[in-house]
Amino acid sequence: MNKRVLLLIPGVFFILMIGLLLFGLGRDPNMVPSALVNRPLPEFSLPDLVNTDVVIASQDLTGGGVLIINFWATWCPPCHIEHPYLVEISEREQDLTFIGVNYKDDLEDARLFLEEKGTPFEKVIVDLDGSLGIDFGLAGAPETFIVDSFGMIRYRHVGVINHQIWQETFEPVISRIK
Amino acid sequence: MIPELGNFSLILAFCLASLMVVIPMAGAVTNNQLWMSLCRPLSSGIWVFMILSFACLAYAFLQDDFSVNYVARNSNSLLPDRYKFAAVWGGHEGSLLLWVLILASWSYAVSLFSKNLPLDILARVLSVMGIITVGFLLFMLLTSNPFERTLLNTPLDGVDLNPLLQDFGLIVHPPFLYMGYVGFSVAFAFAIAALLSGRLDAAWARWTRPWTNAAWAFLTVGIALGSWWAYYELGWGGWWFWDPVENVSFMPWLVGTALIHSLAVTEKRGVFKSWTVLLAIAAFSLSLLGAFIVRSGVLTSVHAFAVDPARGMVLLTIMLIVIGASLLLYAIRAPVVKGSASYTLTSREVFLLINNIILVVATAAVLLGTLYPLIHEAIYGEANRVSIGPPYFNTIFVPLMGLLAFVLGVGTFSRWKKTSVSYLKQQLSKILIASLAFGIIIPVVVTSEVNISAIVAVVLALWIVFASAKDIFDKTSNKQNFIKGLKALSLSYYGMQLAHLGMAVTILGICLTSHYSVERDVRLAPGESEIIGDYEFIFEGATLVQGPNYQADRAVIRVLRKGEEYITLEPEKRLYFATGAVQTEAGINVGLFRDLFTALGDERGGGSWVVRIHYKPFVLWIWLGAFLMAFGGILAVMDKRYRSKKTVAQAELVNSANVNSTPKLATET
Amino acid sequence: MTAPRKQRMAIVGFIVAGSAVAIGLVLFALSEGINVFYTPTEVAQGAVPTGQNFRIGGMVKTGSLRTGELEGTLVEFLTTDCAIDIPVSFTGVLPDLFREGQGVVADGYIDSNGVFQASQILAKHDENYMSAESVAAMEASGATCDP
Repeated sequence: MNKRVLLLIPGVFFILMIGLLLFGLGRDPNMVPSALVNRPLPEFSLPDLVNTDVVIASQDLTGGGVLIINFWATWCPPCHIEHPYLVEISEREQDLTFIGVNYKDDLEDARLFLEEKGTPFEKVIVDLDGSLGIDFGLAGAPETFIVDSFGMIRYRHVGVINHQIWQETFEPVISRIK
Repeated sequence: MIPELGNFSLILAFCLASLMVVIPMAGAVTNNQLWMSLCRPLSSGIWVFMILSFACLAYAFLQDDFSVNYVARNSNSLLPDRYKFAAVWGGHEGSLLLWVLILASWSYAVSLFSKNLPLDILARVLSVMGIITVGFLLFMLLTSNPFERTLLNTPLDGVDLNPLLQDFGLIVHPPFLYMGYVGFSVAFAFAIAALLSGRLDAAWARWTRPWTNAAWAFLTVGIALGSWWAYYELGWGGWWFWDPVENVSFMPWLVGTALIHSLAVTEKRGVFKSWTVLLAIAAFSLSLLGAFIVRSGVLTSVHAFAVDPARGMVLLTIMLIVIGASLLLYAIRAPVVKGSASYTLTSREVFLLINNIILVVATAAVLLGTLYPLIHEAIYGEANRVSIGPPYFNTIFVPLMGLLAFVLGVGTFSRWKKTSVSYLKQQLSKILIASLAFGIIIPVVVTSEVNISAIVAVVLALWIVFASAKDIFDKTSNKQNFIKGLKALSLSYYGMQLAHLGMAVTILGICLTSHYSVERDVRLAPGESEIIGDYEFIFEGATLVQGPNYQADRAVIRVLRKGEEYITLEPEKRLYFATGAVQTEAGINVGLFRDLFTALGDERGGGSWVVRIHYKPFVLWIWLGAFLMAFGGILAVMDKRYRSKKTVAQAELVNSANVNSTPKLATET
Repeated sequence: MTAPRKQRMAIVGFIVAGSAVAIGLVLFALSEGINVFYTPTEVAQGAVPTGQNFRIGGMVKTGSLRTGELEGTLVEFLTTDCAIDIPVSFTGVLPDLFREGQGVVADGYIDSNGVFQASQILAKHDENYMSAESVAAMEASGATCDP
């Protein structure tokens, strides 16, 4: 064996390490892992915000197309920030179904909020005690999940959605699963 | 105007450094004496402009020029002047400026002490250091300029320096640490120059040795200061946390320690050349890795700088170019030694090789532990975040260092080329018996309990001390009297013995303080007390006091020793106005054989506080040992044989005598 | 076999044996020293077996901290990610930056009563000085939930 090959070992080791460090740089420090990504939507049946006598179940939502499920609340300041953009994007992206989950909120405040600012949501689910939030492994609000037409959760975003985040993270995921 | 002047000299330094990369190197290739000789004035020019730039930033801090963003973020008008000065390197940009200033200083020092050095080697060395300077200056000018200003809407006052850093420890710790980190760039540059010129010989090892020893001594002091600072400033009573930032300073130290030993073999016997070159590259690469990890936010820790992936990218690029190119050069040019050993299994060469293997394995283990959270995420996905705790590092480190201490004792008596086993046995048997006897008896008699780990530590420390002592006596026995014998020994020999003694002292300090410390976290109301051994700690209550830029709860703890008034300790809990940060100041009574450590925890109602009261035997020895090691390193640097021309010729003789281990360059198939 | 060759074999043998021991040691030490990080919700979902050591990260629920009325240096509080609260019990000194409504990371295990017995408490440091885990766990929840 040519002994000079052995002298390449430090170099190879170094390249591997650079790769690892590059990976380390590339990862999103704000990314919160969710056990739910690539799992089916958890089963639930919860009341509708508009009429709390109507019950929305998980199987009612799936099968149509790509779902955007957004957890929000009126007590959450960032939700106020992202709301106008959600309205704008839901008008533009007609083939996506936006579902809101009103999380641990006062229902009257929530209805008033949507009336005043417009609603991006096709349906709004009421999660008064936060049980759906637990099923989704929620860290706070707002959080947004992308669910494909088979009812599988494909992506979890923590925090506010804006134009840039939509373009850079949501659009690639959505076009991939369509 | 002053900040602009600083910025301008930074740019000038960058231009000069670019020239220093190109001209001397081109001169070395084309054998143009004039071009090569330009490296000296260029390196002094860079140094002058870096000093000027640094002085401008310091001036901006002392003048409270908050139009400079970096000053506004890291200083405050209420900050005492000495901390304003130390704040120059309290944040990312300024500490980077210090880093480059130190790099320029090392380059300048090399050009000053280069009378025995062939001009083409000096030109190559300074050119390589120029490459590093250019890389870091570019990094600073593009992403982290400390002189950036906000002239409109200048802040009225600064954010303040992180209170953790408002301390004497911060003033001295980073400069020493950087002197060490950056100092390894000299050994690195010599290695690259040797690879480039094809003259990888004993003379190369001789030139490298004093520089490596000096850098290593600085790094030793830097790490010790950092550990000491954490001990009294973080208020946990701990002195080493295996935090990523500590680990990245420790890895170059471990490899540097291996390097100074393997350089000895290469200089004296002309063997292990490829290995030594690799260690020289590795020591500086690990310094760069440290800079990357601390500044990129890949692994954040208590003392990491603010996170910015963009900076990380630039640093990674610098690393990739500098280290990647040198490892490639290494693979092409490093000598492949023909396999016939000129030494036997019990020779000093082999014992130093074992030392190297242990140190490199230890480094690899620390590297793995530090990067493991990243590896884990890369394999199992981002959903799996883990952290590696001290148990991992301790499990690996304790046995490895025990082994190292044992080999050190044996190696002391070994001879170059060949040592007969019976000679080693004869030399070591008495020492073994003596260290076992004293090592077991002393701890058991003093503490009247049998603690195996403490006994092992004492035995190993005595083993090193006895071995060194016997060696000194043996070496002086053939002289007329002991004093004359001592005078005949060289400075570098004393340096070695002192550093080994330091290792024994540090081992004792670490093990004894770990096993015999008494640590109590108790809740005390005013007037209540806690008794540890002979000492009674009486909590007299805490009162509010005002500092220059903080207010503090200061507790008064009266300590009685055997019932008599001994001292009063005053630990504080400070609230800094500007940042609202809370900071613990421990109250410590330092002693050679024990520290009394008190720190104020949190208030628990009714004037009662949780108070940390620790009795820590031998804790000072940890740092004492480190300073002995560093002092040993400095003694070795001062050895006059590194400066006389005669020994250079001798070294070359050694080299040519070892024909069977001369490098076979790229021609080998 | 010639003498130098024997020597070389011995050195190679030593290196191989040494690295085998080192690798074994590293694997053993990894199994000892590793701490996996979980959020309260993951704990509630049963991700962690009782008695196993791990790290939990969340916020200190406002109004949940009990210190003075408890014995000695015992502290109890709830750590929350706004979905789930996990009770934490700790004996010792709280870190300087420990506050209600602020982030916290604790090392320890869940006992049979479902209480997290912490052996170490780390508080969220100021924005320049915080651990990667706390950034991840808290920045997401910190601004948006009111613990």
